[in-house]
Amino acid sequence: MSDSTSTDAAIEVWGLCKRYGAFEAVRGIDISVRRGEVFGLLGPNGAGKTTTVEILEGYRQRSAGDVSVLGEDPASRKRALRQRIGIVLQSGGIYSYVTPREALRHWAAFYPAPRDVEEVLALAGLQDKAAQPSRKLSGGQLRRLDFALALVGDPELIFLDEPTTGFDPAARRSAWETVRRLRDLGKTILLTTHYLDEAQELADRVAIMKDGRVLAIGPPRELGSGASSYRVAYRNHAGELIERQTDDPTRLLNELTAEALARGERLEELSVGRPTLEDLYLELTADG
Amino acid sequence: MAELRARRGPSAGRGIPLLAWRQYRLERRMFWRNPSAAFFNFLLPLLFLAGGGIILSGNQHELNRLVPAIAAMSVMSTTFTALAYNIVFLRERGVLKRIRGTPLPTISYFGGVLANAVTNTALQIAIVVLAGRLLLGIGWPRDGVELAVFALAGVVCFCGLGVAFAHLIPNFESTAAYVNAVFLPVVFLSFYVFDSKSAPAFLRTIVDALPLKPLIDGLWAAIVTGSGLGGKLDALAVIALWGALGCYYAIRGFSWEQARA
Repeated sequence: MSDSTSTDAAIEVWGLCKRYGAFEAVRGIDISVRRGEVFGLLGPNGAGKTTTVEILEGYRQRSAGDVSVLGEDPASRKRALRQRIGIVLQSGGIYSYVTPREALRHWAAFYPAPRDVEEVLALAGLQDKAAQPSRKLSGGQLRRLDFALALVGDPELIFLDEPTTGFDPAARRSAWETVRRLRDLGKTILLTTHYLDEAQELADRVAIMKDGRVLAIGPPRELGSGASSYRVAYRNHAGELIERQTDDPTRLLNELTAEALARGERLEELSVGRPTLEDLYLELTADG
Repeated sequence: MAELRARRGPSAGRGIPLLAWRQYRLERRMFWRNPSAAFFNFLLPLLFLAGGGIILSGNQHELNRLVPAIAAMSVMSTTFTALAYNIVFLRERGVLKRIRGTPLPTISYFGGVLANAVTNTALQIAIVVLAGRLLLGIGWPRDGVELAVFALAGVVCFCGLGVAFAHLIPNFESTAAYVNAVFLPVVFLSFYVFDSKSAPAFLRTIVDALPLKPLIDGLWAAIVTGSGLGGKLDALAVIALWGALGCYYAIRGFSWEQARA
């Protein structure tokens, strides 16, 4: 399951483990995220995604393994490293009595070369709300402020933990647009999500996690198609839906149709398709 | 992107004192915008002072005791109560966790937060002393140094205890219950023992070992009698001991985020 490592990696993780008492939240994972890449961590709740990301962000100490983030060990919590990363937490609050503009100005001072505050407000779509106290912002606007606060330091690496959970479809599209713009600026992004369409849309590569392990890793399209695998489905004469996987659909179709013709039957609902990321995800993360 | 890079200077970020100053300014701005904070910090002690003043009107001896008692209570409310509330609120809302993920040095953050509490205490004592002088006819403080020493000791002590106490509060909804369960009995018992000659001995022993009553004693000496620091070293020692305990647990048990479910 080890991913290829490269010298231009933004994040490298070898044999990472995290235990809480007897519970093993992360059980020896290896991941490498290249610079400029959008990398998705996918998995059901409790898979160990957030624990993994919080170790990379420097919030938690690992129990075992090695981790490198932009060439540094995040457990050391060096200020110089934190100046190079931006974090959008799953749920991070903000002061009730400051406006987005004030919060961004305050945050900008933490960094050696911050982005222009007005530019960040525009990028996050908050120009109209820049002078409103944050307690009067809607959930979607607060989430955009989360993005803005993570971007104002002009970080090289951005962590996005479930960035669109609770968004309506329009807000999700707009958040995706922001992520694409960040990728176009050359930023590295580590995204955790349990939305498969989000991973499919945004990520260059994904890792599927379950029970603290990485079960599959690769580009979403390749993972979904399982390299050269096809899925052939039809209903037999008893009305049962039959699904078969094959590397050679031509031969399988020939056999199936020949047998059906010989029996004088029709293959109802015959279809040939490539398994999707969703198929793989559901198969890998199924209970038992 | 090129223009963004061009802005990147050689500096490794701003210095710790400057960031502490910026945090302090933000805290001040937020404080004045929050009506309930302003009320509890400034109006409530003045209401106590006014109420006590009306009840004790004409009894200058009692009024002389009222002012230092209210000043000491103000120290406790602007530090212990305010910090316990704020820390729990910021922790439960995820603000502390967000701050923890930024390059803001911890010392700058707490420098700003604590300086804000000190400012509130200083303003508060000034208001109480001024109101005592103008409305209740007590004199100007007799010993400025003693006043400053006890106020500072009280601030450090109750700041430490407030932050430490925040660790015990499991969620924001229960903050008022936790804080008042400590604040109200300590204030009432300390006031009672300070003012009454007939308080039971066991109660006097307990209250003398808590930090508020020694602070009232110290402020009373500073504002009213001017007996000098030398006579109140025992009171100062009790406050210092509680302060050391508070600061130890404040640092040792500090949590930047909600306890995980």
